[in-house]
Amino acid sequence: MKALSFVIATAFVILAAPAHAAVEVLACEPEWAALATEIGGALVVAESATTPQQDPHYIQARPSLIAKMRRAALVICTGADLEVGWLPLLLRQAGNGAVQPGQPGNLNAADYVEMLDKPSSVDRSLGDVHPYGNPHIQTDPRNIGKVAAAVADRLAMLDGANAATYKQRYEDFAKRWQAAVERWTTAVAPLKGKQIVTHHKGWAYLENWVGLVEVGNLEPKPGLPPSAAHLAELLNQVKGKEVAVIVRSTYEDAKASEWLGTRTQIPYVVLPHTVGSVPGANDLFGMFDAMVKTLAEIKR
Amino acid sequence: MRFQRRAALAASILTACCATAHAQQVTGNAFNPAISLILNGHYASYSRNPADWALSGFMLDRDAGLPTEGLSLDETELAISANIDDKYYGFVAASIDQTGNDTSLNLEEGYIETLALPKGLKIKAGRFLSDVGYLNPIHSHAWDFDDAPLAYTAMLNGAYKDTGVQLKWVAPTKLFVELGTELMRGDAFPAAGAAHGGVGASTLFVHVGGDVGDTSSWRAGVSRLSADANERSSVFTLGTAAFTGNSDLTIADFIWKWAKNGNSRDRYYTVQAEYLHRKESGTLDVTTTAATNLGLYNGTQSGYYVQGVYQFRPRWRAGIRYDQLEASNDVAIVGPNPLSVTHDPSRVSVMSDFSNSEFSRLRLQFNRDHSSLQIDNQIVFQYLMSLGAHGAHRF
Repeated sequence: MKALSFVIATAFVILAAPAHAAVEVLACEPEWAALATEIGGALVVAESATTPQQDPHYIQARPSLIAKMRRAALVICTGADLEVGWLPLLLRQAGNGAVQPGQPGNLNAADYVEMLDKPSSVDRSLGDVHPYGNPHIQTDPRNIGKVAAAVADRLAMLDGANAATYKQRYEDFAKRWQAAVERWTTAVAPLKGKQIVTHHKGWAYLENWVGLVEVGNLEPKPGLPPSAAHLAELLNQVKGKEVAVIVRSTYEDAKASEWLGTRTQIPYVVLPHTVGSVPGANDLFGMFDAMVKTLAEIKR
Repeated sequence: MRFQRRAALAASILTACCATAHAQQVTGNAFNPAISLILNGHYASYSRNPADWALSGFMLDRDAGLPTEGLSLDETELAISANIDDKYYGFVAASIDQTGNDTSLNLEEGYIETLALPKGLKIKAGRFLSDVGYLNPIHSHAWDFDDAPLAYTAMLNGAYKDTGVQLKWVAPTKLFVELGTELMRGDAFPAAGAAHGGVGASTLFVHVGGDVGDTSSWRAGVSRLSADANERSSVFTLGTAAFTGNSDLTIADFIWKWAKNGNSRDRYYTVQAEYLHRKESGTLDVTTTAATNLGLYNGTQSGYYVQGVYQFRPRWRAGIRYDQLEASNDVAIVGPNPLSVTHDPSRVSVMSDFSNSEFSRLRLQFNRDHSSLQIDNQIVFQYLMSLGAHGAHRF
């Protein structure tokens, strides 16, 4: 008992917090960490709780994330229940009052964009559906621009001494982003009306932006892994249709895409769903450059 | 300052966002808490009479024993939780138990927790599962096996939960470090009788953890539970026994999880082990049909389990667990007592489960249970389903 008390007391002393100058940002997904870095530059240290290889639905509230949450001054997540399985638990376990919902240190990107696929009714028999709408908002570059304004606002509020810098960096980013969005929009214009099949219902915002038509999913229900029966049904469904491409993200198993692709001669691709997911997608500009390049190469 | 920040936040939300501002009808049920219900039933088959089951060298809680043989319902658990305001969170889990024709409602947990204490501090108060060990704070429906490890059954009656307060601190470091202490009423096993005017047990615990690359994460901990027992009663084959004295338990726990790229959706491995060591000393009051005997009792007992779980394809898992206990008891009593040691109990368990979605699980488990002198072969089939609010992905 005494030994344990001593260990605890010693730990308190050793672990006393060092002072940090930079604003520590914890993003739930890499795209928001990249966005915080765009706006904050050297004034922020942004980390992502997930990597491009990890499905953001299926993360556990593991110790390293609790430690990161404890230190964060700003938490940027997608929201709309994407992180419902782990974010509330992290927030409760970290003992950090500044990042609780409703505080300036808690930002949900989905609050700043128009949600698509909002179900009129929800039932778990429909799979892992999200009552607030499809949470995969980051695949439309116009949404990134909207969230950027909110991130700039928050950083200015939390780090008032550097408010002018955030404003200036945001304006610079917004100008470059606007120009890039126009360029990308022109580049994907010929794809309007093309039909696609996606692994998960994770591309609604991209489809909305480009004008793609989603004709099927490899998952039988959102969140359920592709089954042989469903794939066979999908094969029949897409036969005779002019499907341009089968799309999946880096964290999804390639097998189902390959299966359908080889049987139908439909090309199957990985699209960058976030920063760092494919070579060249080193920042948000790179992510959409890579996305547009892959889309533009689709022949059918 | 804080007020200004809030006002500024409200203003910026008004200016920056408007896409989602819908006029919604204001009704009282917009503030409904998260509600979830766990449905849990099983079929168990034992090669020996479950009434003869005992753990050699251990005095168990009077309700301890194997789950009901045949078809039965486990606890049906109703959980309700929500943020109470910006400073507090509340959680209640009640279980409905059906045994024979008797239905009982039990408060599993019912606590409040602070959300906004400074410096990584947090206070929890009410009735809750103690944070000692790794498995103790985890509700049984989230365990990887149908039953608790033998060491948990022997020394914590499955899990220690009691009424009390907890203070916890998370360090502002890269390595996860969490320190905590609890003061408990001391009503539940291994405490009993709410000694010391109703502050009969206390705990201390330290957890550390982190990641190794993108693929692995781990947590290790040391905990101490000091409990005073006041007439803690126990049943054994020849009668009843009551223990008065102190029970000091130390737990060391470790868990390691691996998944390719850290993406646990498709495949992952988990290795988990805990070691429990207990010293008990006091007096024992044994009542048999023949006589009542009183005497001194000093015991040193320990146990551990090691388990591995492998999700070998999406939705399918398999696991293996080994349990071992050992007791050295010094009982100065004439006649029989529940603490005599016939052998060191051990058990091997294997299980496989299938989860159609995150919300449902079917499990088949086999135990070769050497708790009693004779080996018992046990087969359990179990369903665990949750409806309502999305469950938490605990580490």
